[in-house]
Amino acid sequence: MASPVNLPLSKIEGFILGIVGLASFLGLWFVISASGLVPRQFLPTPLDVVARTFHLLTEPFAGATLPMHLAKSLERYTYGFLLAAAVGVPLGMAMGWFRWLDDIVTPIFDGLRFIAPIAWVPFAALWFGTGIGGPIMIIFSGAFPPCLISAYRGARYVDGKYIEAAQMLGTSNLRTIVDVLLPASFPSIVAGLRVGAGLGWQSLVGAELIVASAGVGYMMVQGQSNVSTPTVVAGMIAIGLVGLLIDVALRQMEAFVRRRRGLA
Amino acid sequence: MSAIVFENVHRRFERDGKSFPALEGVNLTVADKEVVALVGPSGCGKTTCLRLAAGFEVPTSGRVTVGGAPVTGPGPDRAVVFQQFALFPWKSVADNIAFGLRNQGVPANTRQERVSGIIKLMGLEGYETAFPHQLSGGMQQRVAIARAYVLDPEALLMDEPFGALDAQTRIVMQEELVRIARVNPRTVLFITHAVDEAVYLADRVAVMTRRPGRIKEILDVRSVRAGEQWNRHERIEDVMDLESFVHLRTHTWRSLREEKIDAVH
Repeated sequence: MASPVNLPLSKIEGFILGIVGLASFLGLWFVISASGLVPRQFLPTPLDVVARTFHLLTEPFAGATLPMHLAKSLERYTYGFLLAAAVGVPLGMAMGWFRWLDDIVTPIFDGLRFIAPIAWVPFAALWFGTGIGGPIMIIFSGAFPPCLISAYRGARYVDGKYIEAAQMLGTSNLRTIVDVLLPASFPSIVAGLRVGAGLGWQSLVGAELIVASAGVGYMMVQGQSNVSTPTVVAGMIAIGLVGLLIDVALRQMEAFVRRRRGLA
Repeated sequence: MSAIVFENVHRRFERDGKSFPALEGVNLTVADKEVVALVGPSGCGKTTCLRLAAGFEVPTSGRVTVGGAPVTGPGPDRAVVFQQFALFPWKSVADNIAFGLRNQGVPANTRQERVSGIIKLMGLEGYETAFPHQLSGGMQQRVAIARAYVLDPEALLMDEPFGALDAQTRIVMQEELVRIARVNPRTVLFITHAVDEAVYLADRVAVMTRRPGRIKEILDVRSVRAGEQWNRHERIEDVMDLESFVHLRTHTWRSLREEKIDAVH
């Protein structure tokens, strides 16, 4: 009997399928690593990783425990992301509002934005050092483009009726920008912040692999030098989980903004 | 005195390097505290007339004055009610209404007083803290009208204000507008494509030609309304049933239809 190919699944069915996928992945990993098909140093078993992760939670490795490394990474990340938002959002909005600024900045921006954040590592290290300045620049270069682009789009394509309404209500230019353009662009800005936050977090780890002296990326590099592959995987899991948490938090914020606006 | 005067207004639009006439010699005076409805075939430039009076656009030649002063840009002395309401979705009803007063630097307690006064007049009590998206279309347009009225403008410019509303809400809003105009008469330029709305609401109805638009004919509704005592009737359907109303409506329709039929050839 023929059945429709793409019947929507219930929430429970979807959840179960997700578990099945994850379990198959872990199972396959376990079988390959435990069978001896691949040497242990090349691919640790899931159990090795779990044990190592718990160990790293309390015992320092490369000068710090895993939570301390994470805290260091998050500190750099926060600075880099906030800087990207603080520069990108106002600049993007100004570009959306003033056509001449758009004409000046866009060619430069388009020329630079496809350069991967990790390509900035040599200059970041040269200019800002390998302590906190360099990594901040790498995170900045990852998080900045979405912040700028979404603020630009929000302001550039703002519904003209809001601007006209503001004008006929006698709103000054400055107040139109702060009180009308900014809130009108806000859903777009928040969406851009979310994308920027994700890209920034991804860039951070790349930056730390090379330049840092503490942090999750640094811990992973040290793990590699010591042929401690479980440490490397523990770092990967920490990065993945924190990245997911950041995304979930910002997704909630975005949904909240959209609900308040009556958009969702 | 706050008349709206169009003096030989021309407006051309540029598109693909070509120039198209939208308005060709519009002459129209909306007297102080008078309501003039502008009707015309689609694309005849009636909205352009309103946008010129609002200051969103400038005439190619001729001039538009409000209260004797030439219009140089948008401002709170000429409040606009848009077809799509254009309320700020991030502001509550009360904040939307208070926005223009805040721009004028009206002190907080006076502002409060004027806002709650207009909220009462427009039947918006209890919705002060609601956001626009939580309201029906009719209620949103009440807020938009309140936002314009509260400024005590010299002129009110209404661009098909009820065009986006369903038929029943529309009738309620038309009655409301007549009621409010009695309490607080204003100089109003009202754009509509609904002929009975024009005849019901206006003191005079100006019919435009098809594009490029001119004023083709002006009907005096006020003298008929006074002579036939339309005001005795509370309900819109009773007014619209009167022979004098039907006569004016039919006349306007015929005048409009000539333009539309011509446009096909």
